[in-house]
Amino acid sequence: MTAPLHEPTAEAAPSAAEEAAVATAGEKAVQGRSLGRIAWERLKRDKLALTGGVVVLVLIVIALLAPVLTNLVGQDPDAYHENLIDPLFGTPTGSLGGVSGDHLLGVEPVNGRDIFARILYGAQISLLVGFLSAVVAVIFGTVLGILAGFFGGWVDSLISRVMDGLLAFPQLLFIIALVSVMPNEMLGLTGSSVRVFVMILVIGFFGWPYIGRVVRGQTLSMREREYVEAARSLGAGRLYILFKELLPNLVAPIIVYTTMMIPTNILTEAALSFLGVGVKPPTASWGQMLSNAIDYYDSDPMYMVVPGVAIFITVLAFNLFGDGVRDALDPKGSR
Amino acid sequence: MTTQRTSGRRKQALAAAVAVAALLTTAACGGGDDTKDGGSKNGAAGFDAANNKVAQASLVKKGGTLRFGGAQDADSWDTTRGYYGFMWDFARYYSRQLVTNKTEPGKAGAEITPDLATGVAKVTDGGKTYTYTLRDGVTWEDGQAITSKDVKYGIERVWAQDVLSGGPVYLKDVLDPKGEYKGPYKDTSKDKLGLKSIDTPDDKTIVFHIPKANSDFEEMLALVSASPVRQDKDTKSKYGLHPFSSGPYKFDSYSPGKDLTLVRNPSWKASSDPIRKAYPDKITVKFFSNANDLDQRLINNDLDLDINQTGMSPQGRTTALKQHKANLDNPVSGYVRYAAFPQSVAPFDNVECRKAVIYGADHVSLQTARGGPVAGGDIGTNMLPPSVAGAEGQQYDPYGISGENKTGNAAKAKEALKACGKPNGFSTTIAVRNNKPVEVATAQSLQASLKKIGITAQIDQYDGSQTTGIIGSPANVKKKGYGIIIMGWGPDFPSVQGFGLPLWDSKYILDSGNSNYSLIKDKAIDGLFDDYVTTLDAAGKTKISSEINHKVMEGAYYLPFTFEKFINWRGNNLANVYTTDGYSGTYDFVNLGLKSAK
Repeated sequence: MTAPLHEPTAEAAPSAAEEAAVATAGEKAVQGRSLGRIAWERLKRDKLALTGGVVVLVLIVIALLAPVLTNLVGQDPDAYHENLIDPLFGTPTGSLGGVSGDHLLGVEPVNGRDIFARILYGAQISLLVGFLSAVVAVIFGTVLGILAGFFGGWVDSLISRVMDGLLAFPQLLFIIALVSVMPNEMLGLTGSSVRVFVMILVIGFFGWPYIGRVVRGQTLSMREREYVEAARSLGAGRLYILFKELLPNLVAPIIVYTTMMIPTNILTEAALSFLGVGVKPPTASWGQMLSNAIDYYDSDPMYMVVPGVAIFITVLAFNLFGDGVRDALDPKGSR
Repeated sequence: MTTQRTSGRRKQALAAAVAVAALLTTAACGGGDDTKDGGSKNGAAGFDAANNKVAQASLVKKGGTLRFGGAQDADSWDTTRGYYGFMWDFARYYSRQLVTNKTEPGKAGAEITPDLATGVAKVTDGGKTYTYTLRDGVTWEDGQAITSKDVKYGIERVWAQDVLSGGPVYLKDVLDPKGEYKGPYKDTSKDKLGLKSIDTPDDKTIVFHIPKANSDFEEMLALVSASPVRQDKDTKSKYGLHPFSSGPYKFDSYSPGKDLTLVRNPSWKASSDPIRKAYPDKITVKFFSNANDLDQRLINNDLDLDINQTGMSPQGRTTALKQHKANLDNPVSGYVRYAAFPQSVAPFDNVECRKAVIYGADHVSLQTARGGPVAGGDIGTNMLPPSVAGAEGQQYDPYGISGENKTGNAAKAKEALKACGKPNGFSTTIAVRNNKPVEVATAQSLQASLKKIGITAQIDQYDGSQTTGIIGSPANVKKKGYGIIIMGWGPDFPSVQGFGLPLWDSKYILDSGNSNYSLIKDKAIDGLFDDYVTTLDAAGKTKISSEINHKVMEGAYYLPFTFEKFINWRGNNLANVYTTDGYSGTYDFVNLGLKSAK
């Protein structure tokens, strides 16, 4: 028995006649085309998705190299440059929010911190929270979804009701309340890392039902399929069926939902930071910059534009890439 | 006195969309040629024209509607319960006291003048007996005469803290230090006038007997909490919804947090009132949930002035400074903005560690975070605000805060750290209200400069509406390890007692609602306060005030940031406008007039 992933389409196991026909058409073409390969080829044709993917990669590299890059331009995200601030208005002197050779994207009002450096460091927080909370959601969602779908009965009822409950939960309000009562030190973490840790856990926790529902639905439809029946009649154990028969077939929807979930999580992080319950100062975060910029939308619009554009580009890139991945992995996809 | 404006982040979030919309509208109607300082086309009096002087007094026309706006309603309009500075200022429209602040600009505005009484107190018995006689023709809004018993009953209400909490309790502390009287609602005497330290021999005479002389007693009687209240009109905790008027205006309608309208009180006679001019016919107040929204309405001339008088927010301020400078005043507010070091949190029990923070801080950066020299104020060098007698301003600068150590002196800070036994620095937590963006900015500035001398500070932003229970609880402060608390304070009345007693006297350390954040227990300071209240001559009082300030600074209990200034909007149609030290540099509301009675 081969794992279904390596078949072009699991349900349409090729008949002998067809196989013969294909063989005459050229054996190489069929054998080489794994699902991953097909998906990659479809993705390659989708220019928009590719662009999104490249931007995502660039963002990851930028976030990882933030300390190196800021050193390169000689800036520290937390250093004050009050000599660049007009004492009367509190806004940066110079045009476009104080853009100069030293300060590529200008400086913050009031304290004159370098916006370029803070945007780079802010990318770390956004991507870290976005990715890791998606991972938490995927782990919870997959395990619980597959259990619900496979076992059915009271297990399914219980997990499904929990998912319904969580989906109806006012998560943003809950997170705000939770973060406000979090201690400053926890599990050996202090300051901003506590907040980041809590945000990852909580955003991930409230995100899993979305994946859980999809996984449960897929499992429900797949557990009665012929190949599962076949495995069962051959005496395969439940665990074997779960992990070797069902899970590989769930990889595609899981990947798709993960890529769609990351931008949502990034936005949630930005919203939380905007509301003042995100990372603690002086740690840079895009949402916090936006929130601070409200007081200067008129006098220093650059300060609002820069983090706004950063969030926009990131979310757009992830969404384009996610759409492309979905189209590429969906076997019934129209493209 | 407490500050009020809460431009909370959550509110800001909701208003972001509104803000963007406002941006689009301002861009369309921006511009204006009234930037000259000496008056302008549209009639604004000029920059600082009403700061400690009267602007356009001759242009007043009687009548019209005076339109206030505010980002925050009063804590209560009940004269006994209000503690916000602007409430005290506004309450003079509908309440009168035996004595009140002079209706004059600047320093003179903080002096006391007779109101309901025919003259200031006749003080006898070594400063322990104060006698007043009421004027003829003073009446309630239904035309009945105001009697000395109404005054006594109004003052007695201060004792009913279980029902009428929130207001200042100086009168209670001074008239009944042992707390023997239980308040008018638990009073067993028939007329509910059981307080023994006030006598009302007849309807026109009132005599105060205080057990221990207090040189500021008359200042306390000038607070609105000493207003008369008529027993049959006392609705207890609901009184603030519709106070019964003794002044020139009475409540017409009020919905808390939305709007308030006062109309003329026809029973009030100008002849009985030497201080209130009562120019407008009607006074309206509209409350907004968002400060930027309010500033925009002021700039558009939809409103005449801000009732909160806490200064414009950064957005409106910048627009106003650039385009409508003639509409602005830049008074000193009487507030000192500072960081306090609770001695219960190590290593701030050690004076050298406290000094290290004072030396290490970049004071210019802190000033910039507060809004810069114009909108924030001068760098604070000591703890006594300039409006208080005995204040020396920047002349007294024991730590070189506005001098040689202006931008932080790392070498001196390190020296102090070594003397404290922490040569490599230490870690601590800065507690700051989350609803005051400016305070958060100050905390960040302090954090950045302390990092340079090896002090790692974490910023804890707590719910700003929970101040009394969070930083006002010494037990909680210790538990949370708040080594640095960012706060501000303004005088209740302009004397060292009205400003510093709750902050510096060891008797005022409370389990909840504490304001002596540094937990100062200095016998010398306590002793000086005791001397102050029994010193009756002005020169002696001034000298002791300065001494108290010096003792506080020598203990390095505080890091002062600024002697606060603010940017205040004065509408085009306002006349007879002036700021007064009596109400912390805000406009004196009671005699504002309009140029045209549209």
